[in-house]
Amino acid sequence: MLAYTIYLSFAGALVLAVWPRAWNAAARVFALLVAIAGLAAALFGFVAASGQGTVAVADVAWIPAMGIHYTLAADGISRVLVLLTGLAAVAGILFSWNIGQKDGDRANEFFAFFLALIGGVYGVFLSVDLFLLFVFYEIAIVPKYFLIAIWGSTRREYGAMKLALYSFAGSAMVLIGLLAAYATAGSHTMNLYALAQYPFPVSFQMWAFPLVFTGFAILAGMWPFHTWAPTGHVAAPTAASMLLAGVVMKLGAYGCLRVAMTLFPHGLDPWRFSFLGIDSWRTVFALLAVIGIVYGAAVALVQNDFKFVIGYSSVSHMGFVLLGLLTLTQIGINGAVLQMFSHGIIAGLLFATVGRIVYERTHTRDLSALSKLQLGKAMPFAAWVFVIAGMASMGLPGFSGFIAEVQVIAGAWRAFPLFAVIAGLGIVVGVAYTWRAMQRAFFSDAPTLDANGAAVPIPQYEPITLAEKAAVLLLAGTSLLIGLYPKLLLDAIAPAVEALPHALLTGGRPW
Amino acid sequence: MSHLLTILTALPALGAAIALMTGNRARIVALLSGVASLVLAVWIWHGIGSDGAMHFVESSAWVPALRIEYHLGVDGLGALMLLLSSIVSLMAIAASKKTMAQPGLYFALVLLLESGLFGTFTALNFFHWFLFWELSLIPAFFLIKLWGGKGRGPAATQFFVYTMVGSVALLLAFVALFNATGSMDFEVLTRMAASGELATAIQLHLGPVALWMALGVLLGFAVKVPLMPFHTWLPATYSEAPTPVTMLLTGAMSKMGVYGLLRLALPIFGTQLARMRTELLVLAVLTVVAGAWAAAAQRDLKRIFAYSSINHLGYCLLAVFAVALPGSGSQLSQTAALDGAVLQMFNHGLTAAAIFWFLSLIEERSGGLLGIDDFGGLRKPAPVFCGLMGVALFSSLGLPGLNGFVSEFLIFRGVFPLSWLSATISVLGLLITAAVILTVIQRVFTGPLPARWVAFPDMTTNERLALAPALVLMLVLGLAPQLVAGTVNATVVHLLAGWRF
Repeated sequence: MLAYTIYLSFAGALVLAVWPRAWNAAARVFALLVAIAGLAAALFGFVAASGQGTVAVADVAWIPAMGIHYTLAADGISRVLVLLTGLAAVAGILFSWNIGQKDGDRANEFFAFFLALIGGVYGVFLSVDLFLLFVFYEIAIVPKYFLIAIWGSTRREYGAMKLALYSFAGSAMVLIGLLAAYATAGSHTMNLYALAQYPFPVSFQMWAFPLVFTGFAILAGMWPFHTWAPTGHVAAPTAASMLLAGVVMKLGAYGCLRVAMTLFPHGLDPWRFSFLGIDSWRTVFALLAVIGIVYGAAVALVQNDFKFVIGYSSVSHMGFVLLGLLTLTQIGINGAVLQMFSHGIIAGLLFATVGRIVYERTHTRDLSALSKLQLGKAMPFAAWVFVIAGMASMGLPGFSGFIAEVQVIAGAWRAFPLFAVIAGLGIVVGVAYTWRAMQRAFFSDAPTLDANGAAVPIPQYEPITLAEKAAVLLLAGTSLLIGLYPKLLLDAIAPAVEALPHALLTGGRPW
Repeated sequence: MSHLLTILTALPALGAAIALMTGNRARIVALLSGVASLVLAVWIWHGIGSDGAMHFVESSAWVPALRIEYHLGVDGLGALMLLLSSIVSLMAIAASKKTMAQPGLYFALVLLLESGLFGTFTALNFFHWFLFWELSLIPAFFLIKLWGGKGRGPAATQFFVYTMVGSVALLLAFVALFNATGSMDFEVLTRMAASGELATAIQLHLGPVALWMALGVLLGFAVKVPLMPFHTWLPATYSEAPTPVTMLLTGAMSKMGVYGLLRLALPIFGTQLARMRTELLVLAVLTVVAGAWAAAAQRDLKRIFAYSSINHLGYCLLAVFAVALPGSGSQLSQTAALDGAVLQMFNHGLTAAAIFWFLSLIEERSGGLLGIDDFGGLRKPAPVFCGLMGVALFSSLGLPGLNGFVSEFLIFRGVFPLSWLSATISVLGLLITAAVILTVIQRVFTGPLPARWVAFPDMTTNERLALAPALVLMLVLGLAPQLVAGTVNATVVHLLAGWRF
């Protein structure tokens, strides 16, 4: 069932690519139906597999002479992320409902690229054969590029090119690492589970691990390789920024866990020396993750473009994911996976509020300009949504982000106490920048009287559409549901984390 | 014994004779002849089965005094090249304008070139092979010289002289070989090389010159492919030649060089190549990286893709040289690398021919302009054009799901265990190529639309139909590489079993 998420998305993209120009307005309906079907398949697969470990999805010989198979399977982590992708796809299309209203805006092409991207993302989360995983990973790069380069805004060519080149550079590093692993293990199979059984020499893992981890972490927005993220997010059209922050950055984090850490757990072992207290790649990357958390939050605090605030907040939140993974504790990795899901939902909601609900009506993202518009009164719906999303993003109890970040910090407390404290500091700054943006955009004390003492009229904007309301309900509801009842996802995540290689969970040594 | 290969080789030559006589209707004749060759080539590909051995073998005495035999045969490698040559020739014929000056001569030369390609890819005797190798050179020279762009004169001469120098070196090496062994038959020579007889014979009759002979053979192919630094003829030639001829040059003729390495150099001079392996790998890596880098520096679309071709064939060279590793134990990697190289020959031929076809369509619409800065925003007036050309461009970039990815991946997969350093550095070539192609897309397809291209015509139905088969083939081979890879793999395994390094 889960495999249909991939097939449906690519088939939908193909149909939309040859969609007749005359049916421009119907393209979005078709895309929505495809995305809903994908979500249904993801949900069905999630429910059907509940309580089970890794479920096989498909296995067909592809290039048998080379040991390459079309092998799909899903453990709890994959199923949660597939579900996230389905939700992000539906919400993204609902928030793009204004594309297709004008004749000649090529809605079909937009949604074709959108669905192709979604298909690639589903594929990465389900692939077990590393060749296949790499194929889907690369496939996802191109639609991203076009969504930004064609439909984007601020400096879109620059943003699109930067994103594509960073992605290609990352995947080149991954490619080298994968080929090295394949060659070292005797060139028989590209199957992840089979390769993970192979005892790679520690000296080999010591260089392969950082290479592959960094390659994937570039896409996860790890500091200092994060610079593509804010520019890409800002340049992208709303639906694309939702996908970028919501699922594409998760691809990177997923690759770090599923490929780099699973294949080369001993790459995380301590070195024979220590420099300024740094004694392993694990500490190096954890340090970078913590810097990302604090740096992203601090930079978000001083942005004047509303979308840049959210863009940098993504860098900060993804830092929690990476930190959680590197704790090498069950609770920390649980938290990291849950954070991937949670941030995917919340970032989607934030980008939609800023890019679609507010920007499409006010045509500005400048916080000082917005502060004069009395948006709290003019657009109470937007204000409410942002408050909810902001609270979720700050990590307030009751929302999904809280459960996730608490677990990450709990894990970090065991592994790196100092980093846990600093990450906690990052949460405080997170509250500050969310508060500041909320205050300035929606609740500023704009003068209600003008110089002559007459009341300043509250600007009128077009009403919030049904599609927007539905999408907000979907995302905010999910975040709240998971926040109140995280067991829904943790029941799938925890056993999958427990099943990770023993050497990984113990950091290569007993604790 | 069937004479299918002889018929296939003679068919375009016959077409050329008819085309020469029909004058203005030559294009139709050429098209018909091209389609007939393609059908035959598909038939042959289908007929070779998947055991990797030689099929459709024809053998009879030709010049008994020199013990020259008329010896033909194809395995998976040869048959795939026949398929490629016929596809690319048909594409080139279709891409040639109807308003060509002297159409009779033009199409006759194109068909003669096709005949030369077929001969080269089927011959199993050096004498016979060399005849066709040279035969294909002459029509190419005249096609550039008579129908090329502004700098056609010097470009044609440069092309001819460079290739000729390579050919002479090849010829000298094989004449020497004949003196030492008394045979010019590839299969005989390969067997002798594998058993070590060849080296003994050379030592006995000629002295310690085996390495020099190998260098001569290499030079011939290094110019043709090309291997840097023997590439300097290529950019001028590719950009001055009429675009359909460039399609033939890059799509099919450059493969003659790689084919020669696989059919002559590796089997017969494997031991010598293995001794020079490090130096050769350095040059191959240089070809990959510097080729891509040079493409990034160009402003003219034809030159960009000329350099990009150097880069793409560099991967084939990388695989071929990496394979020349003495000892056993790495068969699987050698197989993967050569599988990739053979597939890459086909994929690059198909993709490069398609890209140059698109360039010729742009040229037609823009009145000859092909500078990267002359365009912008073409996606708006010509969405279908940009979409379809995008497929070809992404195939060249190596996007998964399209043909180019599979072969490049297999090459890297095979080369990495054989020489990790050269594979790692060559990854840079992939990255730079990606940047180059995205830049082309950005400059030409997106961005602001200059006023003079507002009415840039989109693709006509005829053009769409003409290009569709090539694009569909890219997609099919990307998704189901097994269609071709199975036979190729069997051939490669069969070849490797008979070689010694």
